[in-house]
Amino acid sequence: MTNLRSFKNILFISACVLSLIIALCFMISIFTTLITKGGGAINWQLFFASTPSPGGQGGLANAIVGSLVITTLAILLATPIAILTAVYLVEYGQKRRLARIVQFANDLLLSVPSIIVGLFIFAIVISRVGHYSAYSGALALAIIALPIITRNTEDMLQLVPVQLREAGIALGVPRWRITLMILSRAARPGIITGILLAIARVMGETAPLLFTALSNQFWSLNLNQPMANLPMVIFQYALSPYQSWQQLAWAGALIITCFILITSFISHYFLQARKHS
Amino acid sequence: MSTSPSLLINTANKRYQTDKFAYCAKICAISLIGILCAILFALFIHSNEALRVLGAQFFTSNVWDPPGEQFGVLAAVYGTLVTAAIAMVIAGFFSITIAFYINAIAPAWLYKPLRITFDMMAGIPSIIFGMWGLFVFAPIMANTIQPMLQNTLGALPLFNILFAGAPLGIGILTASIILALMLIPFMTSMLTDVFSAIPMAIKEAAFATGATLWEVFHAIILPYSRSAIAGSMMLGLGRAMGETMAVTFVIGNAHKISSSLFAPGTTISSTIANEFADAAGTLYPSALMALGLVLFVITMATIFLARWILKSYTKERL
Repeated sequence: MTNLRSFKNILFISACVLSLIIALCFMISIFTTLITKGGGAINWQLFFASTPSPGGQGGLANAIVGSLVITTLAILLATPIAILTAVYLVEYGQKRRLARIVQFANDLLLSVPSIIVGLFIFAIVISRVGHYSAYSGALALAIIALPIITRNTEDMLQLVPVQLREAGIALGVPRWRITLMILSRAARPGIITGILLAIARVMGETAPLLFTALSNQFWSLNLNQPMANLPMVIFQYALSPYQSWQQLAWAGALIITCFILITSFISHYFLQARKHS
Repeated sequence: MSTSPSLLINTANKRYQTDKFAYCAKICAISLIGILCAILFALFIHSNEALRVLGAQFFTSNVWDPPGEQFGVLAAVYGTLVTAAIAMVIAGFFSITIAFYINAIAPAWLYKPLRITFDMMAGIPSIIFGMWGLFVFAPIMANTIQPMLQNTLGALPLFNILFAGAPLGIGILTASIILALMLIPFMTSMLTDVFSAIPMAIKEAAFATGATLWEVFHAIILPYSRSAIAGSMMLGLGRAMGETMAVTFVIGNAHKISSSLFAPGTTISSTIANEFADAAGTLYPSALMALGLVLFVITMATIFLARWILKSYTKERL
């Protein structure tokens, strides 16, 4: 009996260890592929030249700048709405019915497939305007960033002690000033964490850009025109038959992964700071 | 740490009913509901034509023939559900065991590095998984894993159908595995939180009676967190169904329903990703919008269910 028990136990523990090892092996394989295939293609030209014509030599400068522009725009659009929503949920809505519905809508929005967001923006913007544009891409990414920032800000505001609010009220400070002057400072690490997480998520999204920002082979900063961006360039170049394009795709994949890992590492650092304080 | 509204704050809230700032905040909050409704509404309007012209045939046919203007969702829905379900089962097994390892078996110094590793992995964009799947994993599937599966399990009754056909490397099974790989970090992070929320005293009590790790897992942790596990898996399922880029690279994009898991197939999201930009005419884009509407409804229903399960779990436990 004891033997059977310990046998089952050992079987279970080895299953646990084995699944961890298998999962880690896959992850390591992804990273080594990225580093070997992408690392070989990294050079100075990558950051200063635009994407090449088929089979030609070039870089990813326009795609990197385009990604940064679209992401920044998306975050700038989403952050104020997200923070105000979180303020409403925690400070004003409290346990009211509307607040609960908004919370649920936020949960759902968090899991809307990103390609659906792309279709949505196509339906309401592109099909009317008639051409692809960088700002519609930013709009699509903003819808994806919105629930992420809202959730993190909300969680952070929940952690701010009630006494801080009461102290403000006791001094006769209006609630909007309490929110802006006191709560925003207390919740700052959480808000920044949320924004960083949103940047990390949005930066690698390809599906919403397929029918909105599209891509552009040339250098362009016109928000009303298609703009090159890393995920789309990676997608197009990876599936192309040209050796030089495939190499650029791997280099782009390495750049974007590094950027995202660094961003999420910093956001974890902020999370740590929050837990200690 | 609680935010239970104190009397003072409630009074202050009443006094500032006319607060313009509160008004702005409320509008922003309502806009979230607005976006969700707008997505549903816009998809519905734009898929109107396809639904009107094709009617019930759209939902019951698996023919997808753009030049002949024949569109049916079955093949794409089948691909979406099958890949997501297989991915969820694989990822479920892996993430439950890994989360238990991180929580209960791993030495203390490994806890933090492992958590950070899996949290970071959850952030890797899906297009990276897709590229890796196509260029690295698909050849391994074609040359090693698929022939191996055919030679071992392929002789058994059910499996000789599931594993039939030439080992192409790309197809339903490969897409499922790539999806599972994407889900594992996400679900592991979630389940590690669930497992560490179980009161230490319960686990300690079980260990004190001489229970082994397996018995604690089987008799304490699983029953205690059953609904949380179910909820997490449903969330994973919802995510897998909506995933686009990772699948598009490796599914093979064939509009057909085959009994073999080695055969190429398609999913709703990869169909939209591949075809929407080149869709000519009015019926074709409209059919793709309708496909999007179907995906939206399926994922939202899944997430709805997942949140409901998770909510009843937290209510039960608190």
